[in-house]
Amino acid sequence: MSTKPTNVEEIKKELIAKMPTKVARKRAKAMTPGGEGGEIPEIQANVRTIPGIITQRGCTYAGCKGVVLGPSRDIVNLTHGPIGCGFYSWLTRRNQTDAGPDGENFIPYSFSTDMTEHDIVFGGMKKLAAAIQEAYDNFHPKAISVFSTCPVGLIGDDIHAVARQMQEKLGITVFANSCEGYKGVSQSAGHHIANNQIMKHVIGTNDTPVEGKFKVNMLGEYNIGGDAFEIERILEKCGFTLVATFSGNSTVEDFRVAHYADLNTVMCHRSLNYVAEMMETKFGIPWIKVNFIGAEASAKSLRRMAAYFEDQELMDRVEKVIAEELEIVKKVVDEIRPRTEGKTAMLFVGGSRAHHYQELFGELGMEILGAGYEFAHRDDYEGRHVLPTIKVDADSRNIEELDIEPDPERFKPRKTPEQLEALNAKGLDFKGYEGMMGMMKKDSMVIDDINHYETEKLIEMLKPDIFCAGIKEKYIIQKMGVPLKQLHNYDMGGPYAGFNGAINWYHDIDRMVNTKVWRLMKAPWQTDGPELEASYVAQ
Amino acid sequence: MALLRHTTGEIKERKALTVNPAKTCQPVGAMYAALGVKGCFPHSHGSQGCCAYHRSALTRHYKEPVIAGTSSFTEGSSVFGGQANLISAIDNIFTVYDPDVIAIHTTCLSETIGDDLLQISQKAKDDGKVPAGKHIVYASTPSYVGTHVTGYSNMVKGILKGFVKKTGVPTGKVNIIPGFCEPSDMAEMRRLANMMGIDIVMAPDTNGVLNGPLTGHYDMYPNAGAAPAEIATMGDSKASIGLGRWATTDAVNYLDAEFKVPGTILGLPIGLLATDRYVDALRKLAGVAVPESVNFERGQVVDVISDYSQYFYGKKVALAGDPDQLLALVEFCVTLGMIPAYTVTGTAGKYFDERMAELVKDVPYECKYKNGEQADMYLLHQWIKNDPVDLLIGNTYLKYIARDEDIPLIRHGFPILDRVGHQYFPSVGYSGAMRLMDKFLGAIMDRLDRDAPETRFELQL
Repeated sequence: MSTKPTNVEEIKKELIAKMPTKVARKRAKAMTPGGEGGEIPEIQANVRTIPGIITQRGCTYAGCKGVVLGPSRDIVNLTHGPIGCGFYSWLTRRNQTDAGPDGENFIPYSFSTDMTEHDIVFGGMKKLAAAIQEAYDNFHPKAISVFSTCPVGLIGDDIHAVARQMQEKLGITVFANSCEGYKGVSQSAGHHIANNQIMKHVIGTNDTPVEGKFKVNMLGEYNIGGDAFEIERILEKCGFTLVATFSGNSTVEDFRVAHYADLNTVMCHRSLNYVAEMMETKFGIPWIKVNFIGAEASAKSLRRMAAYFEDQELMDRVEKVIAEELEIVKKVVDEIRPRTEGKTAMLFVGGSRAHHYQELFGELGMEILGAGYEFAHRDDYEGRHVLPTIKVDADSRNIEELDIEPDPERFKPRKTPEQLEALNAKGLDFKGYEGMMGMMKKDSMVIDDINHYETEKLIEMLKPDIFCAGIKEKYIIQKMGVPLKQLHNYDMGGPYAGFNGAINWYHDIDRMVNTKVWRLMKAPWQTDGPELEASYVAQ
Repeated sequence: MALLRHTTGEIKERKALTVNPAKTCQPVGAMYAALGVKGCFPHSHGSQGCCAYHRSALTRHYKEPVIAGTSSFTEGSSVFGGQANLISAIDNIFTVYDPDVIAIHTTCLSETIGDDLLQISQKAKDDGKVPAGKHIVYASTPSYVGTHVTGYSNMVKGILKGFVKKTGVPTGKVNIIPGFCEPSDMAEMRRLANMMGIDIVMAPDTNGVLNGPLTGHYDMYPNAGAAPAEIATMGDSKASIGLGRWATTDAVNYLDAEFKVPGTILGLPIGLLATDRYVDALRKLAGVAVPESVNFERGQVVDVISDYSQYFYGKKVALAGDPDQLLALVEFCVTLGMIPAYTVTGTAGKYFDERMAELVKDVPYECKYKNGEQADMYLLHQWIKNDPVDLLIGNTYLKYIARDEDIPLIRHGFPILDRVGHQYFPSVGYSGAMRLMDKFLGAIMDRLDRDAPETRFELQL
């Protein structure tokens, strides 16, 4: 059994002891205790990473192309830049999709302008226009989206002008994202940029009404390992009509009619809250934060979604589904939990997963020793109520805030203010997100943008039974004899969302925290004793 | 349901669009080369994404720790230059992670704004950010020039520039500079030289770094890799062999020009004939006789070729990857009587076409090959659509073509994201040739067993 962190302040001191003074001062602000049952401490988040300290973070391009727009299958995502960025974001995020036998699916393709020195010196706009034309000639997509990489911004290519010109010429949707890697401090800036561009160029561009009684969108769900498939299964079983998912198992055609949904549900608050806010302003669609990671959390989310529509039949059906599904889940938990109860976990990853997955560990009776995000903001830690107090720094100011107005024809408030208030009283919590820290114990560590050194120290001190992070951390931590569960790509497992997902998770975690592999690390002759016996024999 | 369902045999000329590249960018190669130096911390001078992508790609390929730092450029540093970020990175890395060496490479971002690593690393030294006995080496690796192979080549040269000296006292050793290949390949190159009793200095050497053991203890700097003190002696060696024209020519020429160490540039020793050339070069440079043990291994390769020639003969192969790897593989295919029908590499070079023409001149098929821009896997797939092949050789991305066209894939090159083995078992040398033949035959014979009608299903093959 692991040692429990009894004194967060002492651990914190240890973590920053070796760092240069300036670095230590900055890192100290990114470390706090949990805030369960009391005041939630302020944490430093969404600030620049200190150069050289081995961060988990990626870049703006990764957040824009890789995360938000990458999972849409019927769009040609064209990277404008040298070959690397397009190469590394090619199929590496496990966004599953179901295009059917003959639907369009460009996810297995990587498209790049492959800029060379000539383009950097003389500008890449002509090459970009030609590449869009060639993409059209070869693939005839309905939409092409362009992503700029670092040098594009520096040499001043006007990718938006090229996109406009090609849209006119080809008669299909062509839009561009200025998501140069250096913008912002992490992937997070790229999420925002992608949100802006799909809002400007795609959402609401088709006014063919969508049929269905209880129409919802799912925002911030990327179908890693089939999560969205499982959520789709549950929603359908309950009787909801899923209009669009942003952006797991999605199409641009779904985005175009997303304004017909009557409720936006937000899974990953960090990456898609902007669209939720903008759609509410423009079309009058309220949004609620949901969580389909964890069987209980899924049930709770479904109940809130049903409550929103104020339809008894829907609510009854949802209860029936929950009862049915939980019965199966419970059998598995009962079988596995004795083997996981009391084990400890740490989660340092992403912008919502480090929060959501605490639910699943809780269902296994496991304790969270520490958690933190890779690229989230203070509201994801402390809750959205801190939004007005977050200082907008130079790095955030770089990212455009769209000026959204109610659509003159299509703005249609789904509920009256009175209805919203009444529903809020029933726990709907519109536009609310309580963040991660409120559910974390006071003797657990919360660390933002954890670096390699802190990770290694933390594991040495607290010896968790499992650590959750990503591919870059995986084998470092496993070399220490601690299993690492990847929460970006799930170690090729999943789905982990919904009820079936929870069951998959229980099995996988059971296997990982109870693996016998660590016992194989020492050969018989590497433990004390044999030499001694041998020397007796020799005598 | 096809995976690459939009690919057809109708080939339209492309001049601007690359689809499914057979290459990636310079810095990942530089990072890989730097990991082959003992006690070295690779550092990416650019925005965070580059470093994250390169570490992820290398980690997925090796399933091993890959550490590296980044200068974490923001918009400000992109406008005002990355000097402040890099100097603070150097300070932080030496203070927190205590490496012996930091190997810095640039990115398209820092190159476009014109950051000068010579000047910045000098300033770091002047400012006292480089502790006594510690080193900084560096290479300029703009992503918009060349490919990952170029980046590897540039960093290898950068490493040599940082350490090699000439004392004037000859060591009698032979320098071996491996091309962009696996840790297991580097180990095999060394083993062959050892079998011949030749004293070598190898740099870089990733064996033991990216194929290490699980012990319950994490070593940021494994006890492996080319030691700086040993690299330093390469100026006193009697000769150098570069194994990979694209990946090692610059380094070999540098040792020749700067320290008058004569160099021989060979291809990667993949297959019988390329290994013969490596052994022959070693023999001549070191003035030794090839021992029976080496002849024995060679003889085993010839034996297998002879035993199984009927299965190799006439099999059509499509290949994608790096030119140093491909030229050797194509030669080996031809040696085996196979037909290297289609070959693409995103890494450009005139020599590729010249050598390919030479290699396939007697092959009874109009072999197609292309290098450089738009020489991508999309084109390769289109060629296959028009006239299929029996075998694919290349990295994991080819598995989409393999499944769509129902062609077996031999995984080779970078990256391999879905199989184990490349870290541990070589494809160079005679033993590497054995392993390749084992894989080729396994794939070919599995097909025979799968596809034979019941009436003609054979017990023996």
